[in-house]
Amino acid sequence: MNLASLALAYARRRPLATFLNVLLLAVGVATITLVILVSSELEGRMQREAAGIDLVVGAKGSPLQIVLAGVYHADVPPGNIPLAAVEELARDPRVREVIPMAMGDSFRGFRIVGTVPAFVAHYAARLHAGGLWAAPLEAVLGSEAAQRTGLAVGGSFAGSHGLAEGGGEHGDRAYRVVGVLAPTGTVIDRLVLTGMDSVWAVHDAHGHAEPHDEDADAAPPAREVTLALVKYRSPVAAASLPRAINSRTVLQAAAPAYESARLFSVFGVGTEVVRGFALLLVAASGLGLFVALTQALDERRLDLAIMRTLGASRGRIVGVLLLESAGLVALALVCGLALAHGVAATLGDWLPAAAPLAAGAARWRAEEGWVVLLALAVGIIAAALPAWRAYRLDVAATLAES
Amino acid sequence: MFALTGIDHRYGRTPVLAIDDWSAAAGEHWLLAGPSGSGKTTALHLLAGLCAPTAGRVSVGGVDLATLRGAALDRWRGRSVGLVPQRLHLVGALDVLDNLRLARYLAGLPDEPTRALLLLEAMGIDGLARRMPRQLSQGQAQRVAVARAVVNHPALLLADEPTANLDDAHAQATLLLLRAQAVHVGATLVVASHDARVRPLLPRVFTLPPRTVSA
Repeated sequence: MNLASLALAYARRRPLATFLNVLLLAVGVATITLVILVSSELEGRMQREAAGIDLVVGAKGSPLQIVLAGVYHADVPPGNIPLAAVEELARDPRVREVIPMAMGDSFRGFRIVGTVPAFVAHYAARLHAGGLWAAPLEAVLGSEAAQRTGLAVGGSFAGSHGLAEGGGEHGDRAYRVVGVLAPTGTVIDRLVLTGMDSVWAVHDAHGHAEPHDEDADAAPPAREVTLALVKYRSPVAAASLPRAINSRTVLQAAAPAYESARLFSVFGVGTEVVRGFALLLVAASGLGLFVALTQALDERRLDLAIMRTLGASRGRIVGVLLLESAGLVALALVCGLALAHGVAATLGDWLPAAAPLAAGAARWRAEEGWVVLLALAVGIIAAALPAWRAYRLDVAATLAES
Repeated sequence: MFALTGIDHRYGRTPVLAIDDWSAAAGEHWLLAGPSGSGKTTALHLLAGLCAPTAGRVSVGGVDLATLRGAALDRWRGRSVGLVPQRLHLVGALDVLDNLRLARYLAGLPDEPTRALLLLEAMGIDGLARRMPRQLSQGQAQRVAVARAVVNHPALLLADEPTANLDDAHAQATLLLLRAQAVHVGATLVVASHDARVRPLLPRVFTLPPRTVSA
């Protein structure tokens, strides 16, 4: 017999009310936590994937589109740019490195990117098997691309035209898999890499196959790439280089940091709405807890009075109520946090787009400390008034009333 | 064992209880008589330290209750006083045995379930140990309330209208039980009652006058 077993006895006496209170608070906690998990995973991923890329250049068009296409591989690129212009940019003293990318084809939804080995180095990807491409039509698969397509070193596949599934196949020009990369947690996991000349070769062949292509029989076409990732030599370049590129060349420059911040400011509103809704849920459950505790106090005034006659001090009476509230809040916190992490871990099974969430589901975020504090604060506030009334209870008058 | 001297207790300006001098020696069994509304319950509450008199002095077991405050008073009450309230007030969330254990816990005494069981057995109600209070008859609940009042071996045992709602046989049994338990634990017993059936069973009587309501 102690305060905890007494609080437990009271909670068990009203199982439905107790259960509903815990459920309500747990759902609020889970919603807030899930919003935190999703946005921190999203933000972390976006930052990770844009890390080290100061600028993306592409054809004139929307800077956001260029960043989405070049950094996150989530949008179609605006068009092609002459390789010569990229090579000229690489000679600019303000530029440390330029990594060109030629895109246009995909394999079962995974983009085929023609690039240079520096691209692999940029994402710090290691080879899991095989080696990098050395000859045309040799391909290296990102870990996820390899896993989902079941291809391994030695396998071969034909790219399909376009960046989405269902385009016409370049059946005559098959790629050969020469390497598979180890997982990196970045976008490179979902790419198929090859040399730029492979992409050109496939498309030249493609051009020849289509008689209406008028340039096909002319002299070798001017080489084009789709986008290029640019790293500054020093941060000072940020002040002058983008403007110089945009005004003096055929290229359009876009800064990933700026564009993704702009993107966040747009859909960040959605996150704020969900977060606000979750806060409302927690506040409502706090109100429910308050009602339950107030009701419990009214029902238990006589019990509390008799406990005083049995020797319980005012502090102990308050302790029973606070302990009961704390117990409910703690239970709701455990259930809510477990629910949020559980949903994050399994959401990917139903929503492929949410699959990356699972990777971070087991990790605790610093913001979750605030959720714990918030729930405890709700518990304390909900118990404050009932506890005060219990403290002020007039034992003699309560026992005398009939 | 206890003494009430110069008591003048009021709610606001309304006098509710006046006792010039009433004292009892250790082990005595008293009937506190008087019509309804004469302040019997208030007198018991003063003896239990549940309220302090507006004027006058309450001393129990050599302790002037005015010198005890807050948690110290609660602690003294838990260990020295056993109260059987008129409406019994068993804690509904706990079974009979746990009601007894609660009394020991709240008084800061060691938890001794076997001793509580032995007490229930001595009172012939050990079969009820795991019953919830709502499953008890009025007579059974009365016995459990007495058991809870004596489980801490108080020096002062107080019972407020213990025979109300009981038939003659049960009223007599309850009174005999209270006296037996008071003797067993060596407590001074005070039974507040306006029930005429009680008078023959208690040798000493202190009668409160009917309260005169001034117009």
